[in-house]
Amino acid sequence: MQSESVTAAGSPGVTPEGGEVTTRTGGRNLGLDDFLHSKRAMGGCAVVLLLVLFCFVGPLIYRTNTTAVNLNNANLPPGGGHPLGTDEYGIDILGRLMVGGQSSLELGFAVAIASTVIGALYGAISGMLGGIADAFLMRIVDTLLAVPTFILLLIVSSMFVLNLTTIILLLTLLSWPYVCRLVRAQVLALRSREFVQASTVMGSTRMRILFRHMVPNTFNIFIVTATFAVADSIYALSALSFLGLGPPPPFADWGTMLTDGVNDLFDGYPWEVYPALVVLVITVLAFRQIGDALNDIASSRSARR
Amino acid sequence: MTRYLMQRIGQSVAVVIGVMILTFILVHLEPGSTARAVLGLKATPAKVAIFNNTYGLNRPLPVQFWLYCDHVLHGNFGISYAAGQPVSTLIAQRLPRDAVLIGISTLLALIIGVPMGLYQAIHHGTVRDDIVAGTWFTLYSAPDFMEALLLIAIVSVHFHLLPASFPGGITSIGGLFTDPSALVLPVVVLAINSVAGFSQYMRSSAIEELAQDYMRTARAKGLSERMILTRHLLRNAVLPIITILGLSLPNIVAGAVIAEAIFNFPGMGLLFWQSALSHDFPVMLGATLIIGVATVVGNLAADIAYGVLDPRIRHAV
Repeated sequence: MQSESVTAAGSPGVTPEGGEVTTRTGGRNLGLDDFLHSKRAMGGCAVVLLLVLFCFVGPLIYRTNTTAVNLNNANLPPGGGHPLGTDEYGIDILGRLMVGGQSSLELGFAVAIASTVIGALYGAISGMLGGIADAFLMRIVDTLLAVPTFILLLIVSSMFVLNLTTIILLLTLLSWPYVCRLVRAQVLALRSREFVQASTVMGSTRMRILFRHMVPNTFNIFIVTATFAVADSIYALSALSFLGLGPPPPFADWGTMLTDGVNDLFDGYPWEVYPALVVLVITVLAFRQIGDALNDIASSRSARR
Repeated sequence: MTRYLMQRIGQSVAVVIGVMILTFILVHLEPGSTARAVLGLKATPAKVAIFNNTYGLNRPLPVQFWLYCDHVLHGNFGISYAAGQPVSTLIAQRLPRDAVLIGISTLLALIIGVPMGLYQAIHHGTVRDDIVAGTWFTLYSAPDFMEALLLIAIVSVHFHLLPASFPGGITSIGGLFTDPSALVLPVVVLAINSVAGFSQYMRSSAIEELAQDYMRTARAKGLSERMILTRHLLRNAVLPIITILGLSLPNIVAGAVIAEAIFNFPGMGLLFWQSALSHDFPVMLGATLIIGVATVVGNLAADIAYGVLDPRIRHAV
């Protein structure tokens, strides 16, 4: 999505020597205007909003039993009192889809915010310290990146019985290194820029430079990684539940609904598989679209400088 | 180049030590004690004390870590609780099978992804580019177990074309090929996940190269478009893919766990999943260590290969 450039006010129609003059909005090189005009970003946001309404407001309107087992109603095809049918425990699939979505979305947002804050600060501090401290801090990050997140998640979930809070903590612990690497690279590039050096000469403390210059200028990086983190953590939880290592019942998420997916397909209950698959794909796709649109905006803006 | 190489090797060694510390910490996170896990809940305190003494579990943690490193370096990863076999044996059996599965699927992903990215780059900004990008983006965003389930639903359940799971009782690598049709679905599922990444990196790398002066020179010289694409564009644009190949190893491994669990492929992923379900910690931690080291070595190899293949990098650092 190409964004329109903002011409400097006061010089309409005049293109000065050296190309078009563009304004920059504060320290943030991520334009709200560009974001609002991006069809992809807005489309993604609309879908996310609908999903939030579906999961959190839906159960208030569509009232159904989502926990009690009733084998008389097991494996009912869609129709009648159950628009999407029932699963092998006789639980209404539409109702469970809503409740399951709550944990998926809560997890996604919580992990994205927490891991972005930790990763951005760690990366910025490491990049600013430089030298041996940076090398040491980065080897810790490399270590966490060397072992696949999902593998570590499987190990810990087989050691302890997890609930939503511990999974959020765990995923945060495992996903901040990705943000950290990117932010550090940006900080290293920023360190040699004139405005940072000017600030140092003027006697700014490291803390001031960190929060006034580094963090705002890496904003575009961590807002993009945050949207991807939402998608990735929702996927990680669903994959964990799919493999039967998620939190125990009555916990519900979209992955849990797919645990018996292969068997359901062979036994002829496809309606027990498709709804969760569809919402999962829509959610992940929506967040990735927002992230990708933000990424495009950020890179087209930096290209215009 | 030598200095850069030494630095990279030094970093890699540090990360391998880091991975060992990580797995060591995980060993000690295990709830309950190792003695209870091995001897059973009814073991007498005396037996537990003897066990702890024999395996050095009553020593200070730094000493235990030293012993752990010593064991690992001698190829001793402990004994599987579930199988009663050395972990190294279990892993050694399965590692080559994964090399086959991951090798074939990554090769397939490259064969599809590289030309796809090139095609997108040549047509970038057009509808064709958007269609290809959109398709792969959707496939990439869709969870891999979902793709596996849909493929099973269509190919195995509906059309009965390919088996949905691997035959059991395979003991050798050759055994993997007794029923080649069973390999198709796991390979395809793993490949789908990598293609999107490869093609998108290939696309952006090729777009960058297309804007270079040497492309204009090649055109001005009157070279055929085919010659320009294969000799000039492809060769230069494909280089960054090597780095991506190294970096995407953890993702491929994670994907392999899910694909192997679904398709019953007898590799490390299936072993890992079964160990996770049966709380078989020695196997999980041994496998984690191997995966971590493989990732570090893979990244190092990618960096070295990049330096060897690209003279600009070789002389710059």
